Amino acid sequence: MGAGVVTSPIREPLVKGHKTYHQITEDLCSPTERAPSRAWTIAFIVAVSALTFGVTCILITIWVGIGTWRLNRTIGWGWDITNFVWWIGIGHAGTLISAILLLFRQKWRTGVNRAAEAMTIFAVICAAMFPMIHVGRIWVTFFFFPYPNTRGPVWPNFNSPLLWDLFAISTYFTVSLLFWYTGLVPDFATVRDRAKGFRKKLYTFLAFGWTGAAKHWQRHESLSLVLAGLATPLVLSVHTIVSFDFATSVIPGWHTTIFPPYFVAGAIFSGFAMVQTLMVITRKVLNLQEYITIGHIESMNKVILVTGTIVGVAYLTELFIAWYSGYVYEQFAFFNRALGPYWWSYFGMMTCNVLSPQLFWSQKIRRNVTMTFFMSIFVNIGMWFERFVIIATTLARDYLPSSWSFYVPSIVEVGIFIGTLGIFFTFYLIFVRVAPVVAIAEIKHILKKAGDQYAQQNATSTYQQVESGNMELAAAGHGDDDHGNAHH
Amino acid sequence: MKHNEKNIIFGLYDDEEYLLAAIRRANDDHLQIMDVLTPFPVHGLDPLLHLAESRLHIGGFVYGMIGTLTAFLGMTWIHTRDWPQIFGGKPYWAILSFVPITFELTVLFASIGMVVTFYVINGQGPGITNPIIHPGITDDKFCIAFQTDGLAPAEVDDFRKFFNSTGASLVETKTM
Repeated sequence: MGAGVVTSPIREPLVKGHKTYHQITEDLCSPTERAPSRAWTIAFIVAVSALTFGVTCILITIWVGIGTWRLNRTIGWGWDITNFVWWIGIGHAGTLISAILLLFRQKWRTGVNRAAEAMTIFAVICAAMFPMIHVGRIWVTFFFFPYPNTRGPVWPNFNSPLLWDLFAISTYFTVSLLFWYTGLVPDFATVRDRAKGFRKKLYTFLAFGWTGAAKHWQRHESLSLVLAGLATPLVLSVHTIVSFDFATSVIPGWHTTIFPPYFVAGAIFSGFAMVQTLMVITRKVLNLQEYITIGHIESMNKVILVTGTIVGVAYLTELFIAWYSGYVYEQFAFFNRALGPYWWSYFGMMTCNVLSPQLFWSQKIRRNVTMTFFMSIFVNIGMWFERFVIIATTLARDYLPSSWSFYVPSIVEVGIFIGTLGIFFTFYLIFVRVAPVVAIAEIKHILKKAGDQYAQQNATSTYQQVESGNMELAAAGHGDDDHGNAHH
Repeated sequence: MKHNEKNIIFGLYDDEEYLLAAIRRANDDHLQIMDVLTPFPVHGLDPLLHLAESRLHIGGFVYGMIGTLTAFLGMTWIHTRDWPQIFGGKPYWAILSFVPITFELTVLFASIGMVVTFYVINGQGPGITNPIIHPGITDDKFCIAFQTDGLAPAEVDDFRKFFNSTGASLVETKTM
């Protein structure tokens, strides 16, 4: 293959700096081998402090009870479920990058998939905490799971979307973890073969005895492809089921059929924003600009633009359908969202999610790292507001005006949210110290197709082939390569 | 692996192009390759080594079906036989309500089953250490290994000649 592979000359190289295989190993392993930088240490201290604060607030909630939150008679879900949906949504980008983009043969995924998958796992851990603590009695949460018991046996209600959610999230977490770790094993072997002393022992354990045999690679590729095929409908199902938590209820403003696709688009939107936030910092701090290039950032910004626009269309469709339905409660729910007591959160959601991503129509802004960073923060704020708008504003206005209420979170609720940010960043910071942030084997695999020195060479050879009337040969060679990727 | 030690001779190549060319030569010369080890999956290797397509995905299908049946039959038994209960006026056997969990368990069983099978048939897993032929293989070296047990020194020399003529950057013998 190699130089014989035809790559379109207009494709941007994905690996810059004329890398050799050995340089790739050096560049991607070295962050795990040197002492932590001062920036890392400061970030870690901040993250662990936030984690400690959050864990304290969780312990207060468990010890004292849900009364430490400001949920009230009609507002039974507040920051807890807002944060739950927000974190789950953030997790979705990792699966999208690793699974859906693998099926679509998007080679740029190799630069960011490892970190995005790690982010998925940490985000799902943060998300899964909220359903457990919001029930108030965390010590009986094992009742969620169906198991033969001496209480009848009493089973959970399999018709309930809340139970579907339990199965969706546990499956999602397990599959993401397996997928991520299977991809990590060959790279842990690379680190193992360079390490000495204690690190040698650690990575020997983590690498599971990987040798790199041809048959193992064949199985590894087969496994990755099937797991990607399974994870793709899985990720769509997870956020669909999260949206069922709302959509199958009989609350005006919640029971709309647009929720599943709109939640999935929103999840990918917010997830990519979080990937951008992390990648922009990671590539700079770990000096990985030649692996996570401006081209990668631009590709992700395009996804943000598309999904942001889908979300915007969904918001407008919701408004239109509320009016068109002629159903007064539905109409009021949407009127109240936009102009009621929480108007500012609706305004924040619309500005951050619908208007701001439209800036990405400009290529200059898509390729600007600073703009990308601020936009990614905006989108994350906007998507948090979206969940808050759906949950709190809807519940604050019940059918009877005498039941109307208002909700402001307590310090404990805010603390738990800050705590999940702490958990997320603590895990992420440990991850960048322990594992190669960019998938080493996958980068080596695409080097001869997408490395800058080869991209140039391939472009020239394509041109020569076309010139000499050898188009068929070039096309056949290309088709053969795609087949090679897919033949398992 | 530890109990039956093997004598091998191996050569390292610096590029997958050399590796593929060398394997073609070995096939032409009817040399019996023990294993080929690479830092990343090299496409075009499987047909040269006559490796049959992996059947792992068939296993995945079977595990998935077990998940489907477990979920669907389990929920059916619980809601129609073990403890029938009416929820919201819906029938006991509410097939549509069972779809999400049936799907999730299909994916869960298929994934766990395939990953466990993958490690078991590879002879890998937590705490397992397989002999490493050369540390460069996970970096930038492409390795062909021949087994030399019971071969005459002249035959081993043939392998050495083969490696030298196909551009191997390092040739060594090893017991592992």
